[in-house]
Amino acid sequence: MKRSPDRPPLAALAPFLWLAVFFLFPFLLVAKLSLSDVALAMPPYAPRIDWADGLVGVTAFLRGLDFETYARLTQDHLYVASYLSSLKFAAVATAILLVIGYPLALGMSRCAPAVRLALVMAVILPFWTSFLIRVYAWIGILKPEGLLNAALGLVGLGPLALLNTDAAVYIGLVYAYLPFMVLPLHAVLEKQDHSLLEAAADLGSTSTAAFWRVTFPLSLPGVGAGALLCFIPMVGEFVIPDLLGGSGTLMLGKTIWTEFFANRDWPAASAVAIALLATLVIPIVLFQREQAKVLGR
Amino acid sequence: MKRGPTVFNRVSIGLGLGFLYMPIVLLVAYSFNASRLVTVWGGFSLRWYAALARDQQMLDAIWVTLRVGVISATVATLLGTLAAVALVRGGRFRGRLLFSGSIYAPLVMPEVILGLSLLLLFVAAGLPRGFWTVTVSHATIALCYAAVVVQARLADFDRALEEAAQDLGCPPWRAFLTVTLPNIAPAVAAAWMLAFTLSLDDLVIASFTSGPGATTLPMRIYSQVRLGVSPEINAVSTLLIGFVATGVIGAYLVQRRRAAA
Repeated sequence: MKRSPDRPPLAALAPFLWLAVFFLFPFLLVAKLSLSDVALAMPPYAPRIDWADGLVGVTAFLRGLDFETYARLTQDHLYVASYLSSLKFAAVATAILLVIGYPLALGMSRCAPAVRLALVMAVILPFWTSFLIRVYAWIGILKPEGLLNAALGLVGLGPLALLNTDAAVYIGLVYAYLPFMVLPLHAVLEKQDHSLLEAAADLGSTSTAAFWRVTFPLSLPGVGAGALLCFIPMVGEFVIPDLLGGSGTLMLGKTIWTEFFANRDWPAASAVAIALLATLVIPIVLFQREQAKVLGR
Repeated sequence: MKRGPTVFNRVSIGLGLGFLYMPIVLLVAYSFNASRLVTVWGGFSLRWYAALARDQQMLDAIWVTLRVGVISATVATLLGTLAAVALVRGGRFRGRLLFSGSIYAPLVMPEVILGLSLLLLFVAAGLPRGFWTVTVSHATIALCYAAVVVQARLADFDRALEEAAQDLGCPPWRAFLTVTLPNIAPAVAAAWMLAFTLSLDDLVIASFTSGPGATTLPMRIYSQVRLGVSPEINAVSTLLIGFVATGVIGAYLVQRRRAAA
């Protein structure tokens, strides 16, 4: 039978328009603002387009834009350090997440289907509960007079000063993003054909060798998806470094927040956001391609 | 040879789930603590819940959050379902890459960037920040999640059913509403719940796009947390966790019963 011709239904224009206005267009504004200067006004930046002057106003506005803010950022040690440190936090946390998440996902995939479904639910459930609250819960555990030190005290260890350190940020990142690592890994592992492992065993392979030569290589798409899903948002993470990290913890999400809310330096906040975005463009495109493959078919 | 979980598998599952749930369990337990100190168990008490009921600012924040959540989730589900239809049925239309890109990118993009860019839009448009700017912002992000959830289900739906309805003289929009929509309804409901929860949880985007008089619950919790751990925050967190967990587990059980029937 004849399918209707391949063209999007007219109603589909609505979400597209919505995203164009509220998602794509604002990035132009961020880019524009990153080329502006700080001004003592509300909103606190200059130049602004003076529409009353017509074309003259627009050209005057364009002439007012420059790369001064970017030059300022690259010369300031603090921005460069927080850029590098964000990448380090995200990369190390992604590696830890793989080491912790893989055995969990593998264990889940080896269970009977009914148990597996319940376990997937159990992993998803914390993701539905508030991110902020789950990070907050760690403050009570990690603070000097908190539960961890109370527990360590019982066995005659500690105390550890963990809250407001980089270690606390790693704990928070790994904790909050674990479901994002486990679910894509599990999705791939669950579909794996067990007869492959049986074949390996029949041919005399040990189960460890079979894992490294069969299971793991076949699960690489899941490893990639999980790593991207965690790495990208972690680079720009704000809540975790802010609540669990110390004053010395440098991350870009926190830098943007401080520039914007505390220093009221909107151009600097925008320029940092553009730098962050430029760094994440490649991982985001990779992620999108994987998503399109899995979902779009 | 049937492979069940080995000891290593069982231990990994136990440790992993223990790690995921331990902080939540402790948080809930200490919301019932009579003592103000985190490490001292002063007996079972509901005093922090009573304190919560008297905290007018907190109650206002809950009310704002619920309204923002319901409106933004509804808008997001409507637009997200349409977007899913376009992605699954649209074929290769002009601008498809840009469209799918702007659906997938917000899923992983750091929230500070989304919050900042939305705020600049509202400032440029001269809109006063408040209830509606937060609602629109939440709807924008949630629409992407809703689209992905509905899209997965729609891709599995057998289109021949809809075509049969059309062959029997049903106009396309009615075929969609009476045949397709009931079939993808569980995914649409799941999308709404996800959108609502995202709105309920969001701190960063709300902080950028909200204004005076529209403080959401996470913003309120955050400003209190900055002052230190308080059992009252544990109490409001426990209520929130209980509310969301009931919804999620309830939806799961309903879906399972329907699948079994």
